[in-house]
Amino acid sequence: MSAVSLQGLCCRYGEKQVLKGLSLEVNKGEFFVVIGPNGSGKTSLLKTLARLITPESGQIRFFGRSLDEYSRKELARLVAYVPQQMVLDFPFTVAETVLMGRSPYLGLVGLEQQKDYEIAEQAMEFTDVIHFADRRLDQLSGGELQRVIIARAICQEPEIILLDEPTASLDPAHQIKIMDLMERFRKEKGITVIMVSHDLNMAAMYGNRLVLMKNGIEVKTGTPETVFTYDLLEKTYGCLMLVDESPLGQVPRVVPVPGRFVNCRK
Amino acid sequence: MAILLAVSGFLGISVGSAGSSFGDVIDVFRGRINMDSPEAVIIRQIRFPRVVLAAAVGATLALGGLVFQALLRNPLAEPYILGISGGSAVGAIMGMMAGLALFPWVSFLAFAGSMATLALVLALIAGRASLNKDALLLGGVMMNAFCGAIIMFLISLSQSGQVQHILFWLMGDLSLVDMERLFILALILPCFIIIFVLARPMNLLLMGRDAAMAMGINVRVVTSTLLITTSFMVSVVVCQSGLIGFIGLVIPHIFRLIIGPDHRLLVPVCLLGGSSYLILCDLLARVLPAHGEMPVGIITALIGAPLFIFLLWRAKR
Repeated sequence: MSAVSLQGLCCRYGEKQVLKGLSLEVNKGEFFVVIGPNGSGKTSLLKTLARLITPESGQIRFFGRSLDEYSRKELARLVAYVPQQMVLDFPFTVAETVLMGRSPYLGLVGLEQQKDYEIAEQAMEFTDVIHFADRRLDQLSGGELQRVIIARAICQEPEIILLDEPTASLDPAHQIKIMDLMERFRKEKGITVIMVSHDLNMAAMYGNRLVLMKNGIEVKTGTPETVFTYDLLEKTYGCLMLVDESPLGQVPRVVPVPGRFVNCRK
Repeated sequence: MAILLAVSGFLGISVGSAGSSFGDVIDVFRGRINMDSPEAVIIRQIRFPRVVLAAAVGATLALGGLVFQALLRNPLAEPYILGISGGSAVGAIMGMMAGLALFPWVSFLAFAGSMATLALVLALIAGRASLNKDALLLGGVMMNAFCGAIIMFLISLSQSGQVQHILFWLMGDLSLVDMERLFILALILPCFIIIFVLARPMNLLLMGRDAAMAMGINVRVVTSTLLITTSFMVSVVVCQSGLIGFIGLVIPHIFRLIIGPDHRLLVPVCLLGGSSYLILCDLLARVLPAHGEMPVGIITALIGAPLFIFLLWRAKR
């Protein structure tokens, strides 16, 4: 059974139709990457999966069960969402933030039990943030902050984790650190990772399968080798891109070509 | 914190222009003094209700500020800035000018006024995907200015005898109180409980709407429950005490700087801190002037504003 299954998903954000009949299957335990140009509906797809946006029509199923049948709390135990940006108006400490990930398991007034503290501690150890657990969020660097949000998501003990450009503002070393973290978590716990990314090479290195999107529809779904072809990329991004093999071997590498912007209007 | 409240409550009852010793107060509560003596009457019928009123008003305004700051994720928010106090003041002044009884009619008009402003503010930003914090704040500021204009207009219409009464009330006045009115204040107790129960969801709301929803919070329900509950208790309090500013801004801020942003702690602490603060301010308002007394709203602002600036300056370093 697939972890996530979409059928004919349509979605509107204000006036604009952002998803136009998207159908996808994501397997359990898969690292699945959503790529595509700006405005292609990647983030909308992720938000629809987290039920932050209500779809206009179409079906979403998690493990065969329709999204509407889950209560918010049930959904939060199944799916963790890591947003692109973190709100920092009220500076909680790292430990307090991570512990919030337990809230789908608590009652209305519920206080955390010993078990919740242990899970939060494990999550902080796993993401290597435990040595600054008492620091406030506004005192952290971008990479540290991202690891804290991921620790919070891990603390939710989800089956599926949704990541919205988790490495967008990080230096290469921190990018790899975050990605390795997610990959290790996926392998150890057998969870499903769905990630939105603009970094095609990162997508090729970590993704088991990718979906390439444009204007709210699927252009191509498959392994990095089948999606990253000269033709498809040029057509979708409107920019010349060369594809060869990464020096690491076995994964394609994409290099955008300067000064060769292609004028392609649909 | 509870000790602080007890001490300030005791002080508030003990000290006053008629003068009576701490011992008298203890005697009155233990029934050891003649209940008809002037000291006993002052303590039981004037000072005690007044201290209870100050405690209830202080707690409500501090909590109201706390809730609005969390909902709007804006540390400047409080019932006054959003126009909710202004709306209930308009309702209450209309009632006073018509010579209606304070309860239930003036109270009802005050609540109607606050709900009307809240509804208008919400309508201004309706049709959006969710409550947008900047739009809500801006709408509130405009409503506040509008209510201020209406209040001035009403004052200009009223007879000279009423003007002083209304003005005093507008500045925040705790002197008009008796035991009967205190029972009206019992209405705010369920509000405190609701807010306490929703303290944990409020923490998550501070992480942003999307993050809160993704962690299993029904943002729409929590937000509207908190908005209505808070508006209700603020309007109950406003028609008892008039407009007392700064508590909603200062108290949550001070305690957030001291104990951090966890609302499960902040809610009870602000409740106790707000009531202690207003009891002590009211005490000063009664004792400081050589003759009579001044509106307590002046004291809360005079103490609150510099203290706030100091704390802000210290936190920056």
